[in-house]
This record gives sequence, C-alpha cells and structure tokens, in this order.
Amino acid sequence: MNEYTIHSAKMVPLDRSNIDTDQIIPKQFLKSIKKTGFGPNLFDSWRYLDSGYPGQDNSKRQINPEFVLNDKRYEESEILISKANFGCGSSREHAVWAIQDYGIKCVIAESFADIFYNNCFKNGLLAIALPKDAIEELFRISEEGKNIHVDLINQVILDSAESEIVKFDIDNFRKTCVLEGLDEIGISLKHSELIKSFEKNKKEVTPWIFK
Amino acid sequence: MPRTLYDKLWDLHEVTQREDGTYLLYIDRHLIHEVTSPQAFEGLRLAGRKPWRTSSNKATPDHNIPTTDRQLGLKGIKDEVSKLQVTTLDDNCKEHGIEQFDIEDERQGIVHVVGPEQGITLPGMTVVCGDSHTSTHGALGSLAMGIGTSEVEHVLATQCLVATKQKNMNVQINNVLPKGVYSKDLTMSVIGKIGTAGATGYAIEYSGQAIESMSIEARMTVCNMAIEAGARAGMVAFDEITLDYVKGKPYAPSGTQWDNAIDLWKDLKTDLGAHFDETIKFDASELKPQVSWGTSPEMVIDIDSVVPEPKSNSESNALDYMGLKTGMKPEDIKLDQVFIGSCTNSRLEDLRIAAEIVKGNKVSKSLKRAIVVPGSGLVSKAAIEEGLDQVFMEAGFEWRAPGCSMCLGMNPDQLDEGDHCASTSNRNFEGRQGYKGRTHLVSPATAAAAAIAGNFVDVRSIVG
Ligand code: SF4
Repeated sequence: MNEYTIHSAKMVPLDRSNIDTDQIIPKQFLKSIKKTGFGPNLFDSWRYLDSGYPGQDNSKRQINPEFVLNDKRYEESEILISKANFGCGSSREHAVWAIQDYGIKCVIAESFADIFYNNCFKNGLLAIALPKDAIEELFRISEEGKNIHVDLINQVILDSAESEIVKFDIDNFRKTCVLEGLDEIGISLKHSELIKSFEKNKKEVTPWIFK
Repeated sequence: MPRTLYDKLWDLHEVTQREDGTYLLYIDRHLIHEVTSPQAFEGLRLAGRKPWRTSSNKATPDHNIPTTDRQLGLKGIKDEVSKLQVTTLDDNCKEHGIEQFDIEDERQGIVHVVGPEQGITLPGMTVVCGDSHTSTHGALGSLAMGIGTSEVEHVLATQCLVATKQKNMNVQINNVLPKGVYSKDLTMSVIGKIGTAGATGYAIEYSGQAIESMSIEARMTVCNMAIEAGARAGMVAFDEITLDYVKGKPYAPSGTQWDNAIDLWKDLKTDLGAHFDETIKFDASELKPQVSWGTSPEMVIDIDSVVPEPKSNSESNALDYMGLKTGMKPEDIKLDQVFIGSCTNSRLEDLRIAAEIVKGNKVSKSLKRAIVVPGSGLVSKAAIEEGLDQVFMEAGFEWRAPGCSMCLGMNPDQLDEGDHCASTSNRNFEGRQGYKGRTHLVSPATAAAAAIAGNFVDVRSIVG
C-alpha cells in the first residue's frame, strides 16, 4: 500500500450517477485469479469501441474518443470524480483493483455504495463523499484542467492556489488504513482468544452451524 | 428494550468491539465461489495463514461454468481462463479441506440457491459470501451480507467480519398481491420507489401480510434484490413457513438439536414497539407486473404504463443505450432472447410458474433463443421429475445445466449486440448480459409470456 499524505493531482470527471462495478470492470476480466493487470480494462466498454477480452493487446484497440478517460486534457489524472451512488452493484473487488492499477489514487463522489466503499479502504484507495455543491465545484475545476490537493491528514481539499474548497469526513480507522496501510487480519487476530471463547459457547448453543 | 430482528441477529453474533470502534461479528457460514475467492486464498497463503474453521466454509462453482455439455465435467469448459478459475477453486478447497459441491456434483448450483436448499444456511445464522446477492439468505431469518475479496480473506482467517451496525429499515407490504403479480414485481416496485441508493446504510426487514403469506422461495426473490436498493442485507422474520422449509434439509439440525433450534428460532422476529429508523409502506393490492426499461434496477415501469421522459443525464444515457423512446409501451419492445434463471428466479417454484404459462404454447418465431437455467442440480432434477423440462422444450425453450449463466454472461451464454432480453435476473446494467446487450428485468411469469408473444404482455390477462 502506498503512503498517502497530501496528494496533488488533476481530476477526471465522470458525469454520471449510479456507476456500477460492472462498468468499472466488465465481467470477462473477472476470470483472472490475480489482483493486478486490470488497469487497461478499467471502464472497458466505455473506453474502447470494440468489446474486450482478457489477455488482448489493448494498445491495438480502437479507443472511444468521446469517453472522458480518453480525453487528452485528463491524461495523467489521479483523482476520479463522479456523482451519486458510485460503485453500486456487484461486490467485485476487482473494481477497486482496476481503478488503482490504472493509476487513480482517490475517488471523490456524491455518495458510494456500501460494499464498494469498504473495498476501497481495504486496499488503501481513498474514497471521499462530498455534498452536491462541492462536487459541482470540483467538476468545474476539473474542466479548467487544474490540480487540486487532497490533504488527508487535515481532511480538506484545496485548490491549486492552496485555498480551501471543502472539508471532508472520514472515520479514523479508514484514514489510518490509507495513511499507513494496516494488516486488518492481524488486528482482528489480536482478539483470537475472545473469538475462541465466543465460538466455544456457540458450539454448545447452536452446534448445527458446525456441520 | 424491544429489538428488531436485525438487532437480535447482530447481538447474537457480536464478539467484541475493536479499538477503532468497529465490531467483530462472528460468521456462522461462509459460502465460496470461484470468482471472488482466488485472491483471498492467495492472500492467506502469502501471510502463512489457515482458515479459522473449515466446517464454516462451503463452496460451489457457479459464475463461470457453461450450461451445456455438463456431462463432460471440467472438460466442458472450453475457455481456458474460466477453467483455471474453476480448478483454482478445486485446488483451494482440497488444500484446506473445504467441502465443495464441484462441477460434477449433483448438488452444484448457484451459491444462493444451493445454501438454503441444503440447509447450509439456516435461521439465526450470520451468512457471508463474496457476492452481493448474499442478501438472498435473509429470507430464512438470518443476517446475510455480500462482502468483497479482502473480507473473504478476513473471514477465512478469523471467522469474523469487521462490521459497523447498520440502521434499521422496515419495508412493510400490506395486503396481498393480486393474481399475476409476483414477489419479483414486488421487489422491483420497492426499488423503483426508493431508488438504488434508497437503503444504503440500512438493513431492510420486509414485513406485512404480503410477505407473511409468501413461500420461502418467493421471500428469497424479495431479499435477493435488497442489494439493488442499496441495502447489504434484507431479511424476513422466522415463522411456520420458514420452519416447514428448513425441516429435513441435509444440513439442518435433527433430533433434540432440532427442538433446541426451534426454541431459539422462535425469537427471530421484531419485538412489538422496536424502533426502525425508517419505515416504508406499500399496498400489495395496488402493485402491477414490472418491466425495467433502463440500465439501473430503479428504472422500472408498470406493464400498463409507458417508457418515461428522462429526468437526468443517467436516464437519457439509459434510453439511448436501450434504444427506446419515451412513450413506448412495453408491448412495443421487440424481444430477441428470453432468459429464465439466476439466483433471483431459478428455483422450482419459479420454474413451475413459468411452465404453467408456457404449457401448450410455442416460443415466438421472432426470438433467437429462449433458455431456462435451473438454479441447482437438485432444482433441475426435481423439475425433470415433474416433467417441466419437457414443457419448456416442447415449447422451444432450451433446457440447460445449472449456473449463473446469462445473468452475467461470464460463460458463453450471452446476448448479442443490441439484443433485447426479457430476463428474470436482477441487474440490467450496461453489458451485463453481453456486450451492448439490453436487459429487461421481469418476473418468471412475464418472461414466459413474453417468450410466447415475442414482446411483453400483461400476464394478469393470462393468469387472472
Ligand atoms: S445468478 Fe447472477 S446475481 Fe446471482 S450470483 Fe450468479 S451472477 Fe450473481
């Protein structure tokens, strides 16, 4: 996981609500048993004009000039901004892996679907939910091609002139996950003894779950 | 203090609170399939960890496997990439001693059909699976949630899920459904009304006369699509219908354990006066058959209504993608394919309802293809015993082997570009059933009637 402090980057604006994980990474790429290599197929059916398949040479494909990720102005953007209910649908964590593999370090949207939001932080991808007017403001700035600064420590987003655009909420644990990259299983396993005694009791009360 | 069903299920499984404020929730049952598990097993291996409790885990392949040539077993998977995923599941299960209903097992099927059918998922349990439609199992009075792959690894390693408590939502459906209107129409109507993010952050309890009078299979259809309303979990209180369903299932308790179980399960209902953060009421008698017109499950209309005026960017995009125009009636939509299957609607009851309508009719010549994909090997077997396969095949349907199939088209069952499909599945996202395919979500009855007519019809005029 990458260390994350203040991140300054351009934004790529995806002006849609309810972007589902089937769009973020279409099902044919879920056949992989790895966590890497999904980047070239991020938003595959919007990004290219043909239908993609795993293992293909993506550099030879016809790109869709109208899709925002292919717009020269947004090349090298590391922040993805979008509207409401981003990441809805399938629980596929491949969606987060694809976004990261593409080079996006932070996703900002009006709201997120639960499972996707969780998946982001399990992988150290920062996801920030902001009110509608702040999102509108970011969309405007993105069109000017200007950078923003995401200051995670102070939970604030600044414009390129370092003045505050908006503050954001994030719970402490998630914040630490992104900042330090935690071994969540390790943390839970510190409670092993408690889990064991809980389980022992279960064995007496509901033995059938052990079948 | 009076508690909701969700509160009770939570309390029964809360192990401890971690320093960060989140909770460790003990997981009774963890279901595994081939798509979301390989990276989790790999993670375990890299960290030198082992599954915490092998017996909790049950696996079956479903997403990738073809629905033809099943007698060939693994050799029937022509796509090498898919095959590797299925054999990886085989290997991981073997390595860790996890019970799997593999491709050759007659109990193999869609994980959410197999779990309840086997009694692997039971009332009062916490159930998780790396699949968002795990909410299905809530129909049995359990707390069932979809999780991501990191969480799959976490559950494997610790038998716990890191969770925060959700808010309580009651979706109350009063009165009973009219003839020709089914649990699928009900669950779609709810999503149409509250939207795909309407229940984000909530656990939904479905209640009311319509739910109470429903079979478990129909309740599963309702809970299945809770996730399409944004809720990670949907559930229904335990009652006599649940008890009758669970009784005698292979993994259900028996003997004195059965009596003890009933004592515990009887309490799996919301106490009088318990607090819901949100209550939404519907009158079942006013509901109509539903058809989705767009690319999100909230884009639905009544069968006797018309494709609406787009109200947002997303809705205009959806209209374009679907090749539809405002004002079109569902019966004006010419269909190319019909798919009866998926974890929403591939159980015996669904197939019976569809077969009843299909019986003695022929699939419209204007269709390229109509397929029935039973949810599991055992559903298939039972349907064949009743002669349902014959009814479908005589009408011109193809009868397939169990799996997710055209619900998401990871296997060869896919729509062609531009195809309109009447589908009993749960997601009409762009490309979900095939590149540039156009999905219309409907009930099994509506799908069956549409296969005969070649376009949508109001099934109330057939079964009413
Ligand atoms: S049938 Fe469809 S929705 Fe259900 S588990 Fe399979 S792919 Fe997912």
